[in-house]
Amino acid sequence: MTRGTLIRANLKRRLRRTVLTVLGLGVALFLFVTLKTFLHTLTTLGDVGSETRLIISNKLGIVFDLPLAYRARLSTMQGVDKVSYATWFGATYQEPGSGFFANFAIDPDTYFALYPEIVLTPEEKQAFMADRTGAIVGVRLMERFGWKLGQTVPLRGTIYPGEHRFTIRGVYHAGKKGFDQTSMMFHHRYVEELVRASGGGSTAGWYILNLTDPQTAPGIASAIDGLYENSSSPTRSQTEKAFNLNFVGLYGNIGFFLNAIGMAVVFAILLVAANTMAMSARERFGEIAILKTLGFTDAAVLRLVVAEAVVICGLGLVVGLGGALIAFNVVQFDMGGFIPGLSVTPGIALVAIAIALVIATISSLVPAWQSARLQVVEALRFVA
Amino acid sequence: MKIPLIYNIRSLLRRPATSLATALSIAFVVLTFVGMLALANGFQAALVETGREDNVLVMRKGADSEISSSITREQASILRGYPEFAKLPDGRPIATADVYVVVAKPRVNGTETHMPVRGVSPEAVAVRDEVKITAGRMFEPGRGEVIVGRGMVGRMRDTAIGDKLRFGQQDFTVVGHFEAGGGAFESEVWGDAESMMAVFRGPVYQSMTLRLQDASQFDAVKARIDGDPRLSFDVKRESQFFADQSNLLSNVLKFIAFFVTTIMAIGAVFGAINTMDAMVSGRGREIALLQTLGFRPRSVLVSFLIEAVFLAFVGGLFGCLLSLPINGIQTSTTNWQSFGELTFAFRITPQILLQGLAFAVVMGFLGGLLPAWRASRQVVATALRKV
Repeated sequence: MTRGTLIRANLKRRLRRTVLTVLGLGVALFLFVTLKTFLHTLTTLGDVGSETRLIISNKLGIVFDLPLAYRARLSTMQGVDKVSYATWFGATYQEPGSGFFANFAIDPDTYFALYPEIVLTPEEKQAFMADRTGAIVGVRLMERFGWKLGQTVPLRGTIYPGEHRFTIRGVYHAGKKGFDQTSMMFHHRYVEELVRASGGGSTAGWYILNLTDPQTAPGIASAIDGLYENSSSPTRSQTEKAFNLNFVGLYGNIGFFLNAIGMAVVFAILLVAANTMAMSARERFGEIAILKTLGFTDAAVLRLVVAEAVVICGLGLVVGLGGALIAFNVVQFDMGGFIPGLSVTPGIALVAIAIALVIATISSLVPAWQSARLQVVEALRFVA
Repeated sequence: MKIPLIYNIRSLLRRPATSLATALSIAFVVLTFVGMLALANGFQAALVETGREDNVLVMRKGADSEISSSITREQASILRGYPEFAKLPDGRPIATADVYVVVAKPRVNGTETHMPVRGVSPEAVAVRDEVKITAGRMFEPGRGEVIVGRGMVGRMRDTAIGDKLRFGQQDFTVVGHFEAGGGAFESEVWGDAESMMAVFRGPVYQSMTLRLQDASQFDAVKARIDGDPRLSFDVKRESQFFADQSNLLSNVLKFIAFFVTTIMAIGAVFGAINTMDAMVSGRGREIALLQTLGFRPRSVLVSFLIEAVFLAFVGGLFGCLLSLPINGIQTSTTNWQSFGELTFAFRITPQILLQGLAFAVVMGFLGGLLPAWRASRQVVATALRKV
């Protein structure tokens, strides 16, 4: 009889226990990987931001506008080759709250040149440019609300009162992994006209600048901020990456809580797994005694115990990590656009593997120690 | 006939390590559950407990938050003239027209968030009489002074008395700190409306809050405002307005709490099944003995179920105990509905603890059911043969 058969026989003897332990480890590892991946996605929002694009926003905060007149001056800055602008619209679809999604106005003549990530067919782009109340919509947002190309969708204004009807002229895809596909964009002129009708001045929510050389970003940013420092609308210039990272900061210590929960999960599974292993070992005092009588050394017994733990933890890993990989990396489950698209990174997968190994080691420590200490005579008495 | 509970307790004590590990894993599930609900609850409570029933809050029609609203001076003075609102002894209406903005400012740890800043009318402290100065003094209008809510002090930079907060092109001196019964105002900086108009968005208010002579007049006043052609307002009770602002985030937090703890609970139930299974198979002789003594299979089933539930209950109790120190810990996050930073404290209520215990009992029941059933169906002869 080989050692492999022995291990298999042991695992199969209490099949239900083995299956339950594997599944228990599996769900816990799945949860751990999910939490870590979610956290990782939150903290790396900035990574999809470009370092050659500068975002110019109002220094007071993102709810304040900038004059549209800044456009001319910004485009003459040394090292800036393209300028565009956009304004947050903040309308909701159907119900407020549940109907929330990103919608903003862009300058179509300049915006697409700055964002090659927005992939549209030439026909769609042309149809959008030609329609003053046209809109382009990210493919994930289309799926979320079940919209069709050519459909007119009514939005409820919050910042801009009343009902706004936009016709979907294009569905865009992301040309780069991680780029947002859940937004709706329409003509900036539409917003300018609304503001003018209510007697306001022309404004832009933020400017986007493309730099010829990313190395010049800090210099250009401080030159722009210096230029407007003493105006009524001082600016704050950051690379798109830094700008995106600001949003991460808004979550506060959410990351800390998710980490704390992750640790609680790991600790709980550790207890369950170690407990199961200890139980199995205790039930087998007699057998181990027989093995030792037959001439198995302590090291050989230890190898058996460890091998069993490794198999159980390995299977749990397959269930948990494999489940997460399938759910997020293959099926791309995102709760219908409710959460950002998650993707398990190699780093997180490695941590999960390490945890499985640690659990296997710790949970086989107690039984290994017990069996090494075991006096054959005493153990055989147990059998009786 | 019932098998005495002491039998179960002694059985559990005979395998202390196994019992402890199972109880602890359930304790951790309950700890997580209580902790996450306490977070959601604390956040909700801070907003639900803000504002009074007999205060009316108006914003421009369609605005979903103060940030997106605007009210002109003319509209404000029309509303001040309504006779339904309560007056101070000197005849001024108990009303405040507020400028409300959120300003990008650093937390003490260097990360940036949006500090809510409210410019109020001189009558504001009469409208919101929960506001009390805890240190320093009230700001004086027009002197470049502000007071800072207790929730911001020590969490945001430049919030100590004597510090200067820069808004736009002007420095404001912090002259006092205030509390507001634990509500959302404690996460705000207050100054006078005119000064805030000057540095932020010009001569426009974002919201107006007025005191009714009697809370029951709300519907009549709302109908009158809705019918006034000079005004285009959404009208809410102040308490309702703030409670509504908690919906989005507290629902998300509760969803995460149930999602995470359900998955954790599945793992814990699997663990409990294993433990009880081992308990049952290790006690074949005892069960056979009990049956020989005349205990019915049903009694055996109930006895083992009780054992599992008891173990889980003890675990749940321990989890609840472990969670207690979390109560009152302050934290803050951005409330996406108001767009401002909100400081709040974890709040554990007896109801949450009871939910946690009920959760533990359910886990114990589910974990114990199958093993207990097996125990009760054991054939006496087979079991005794094992002996």
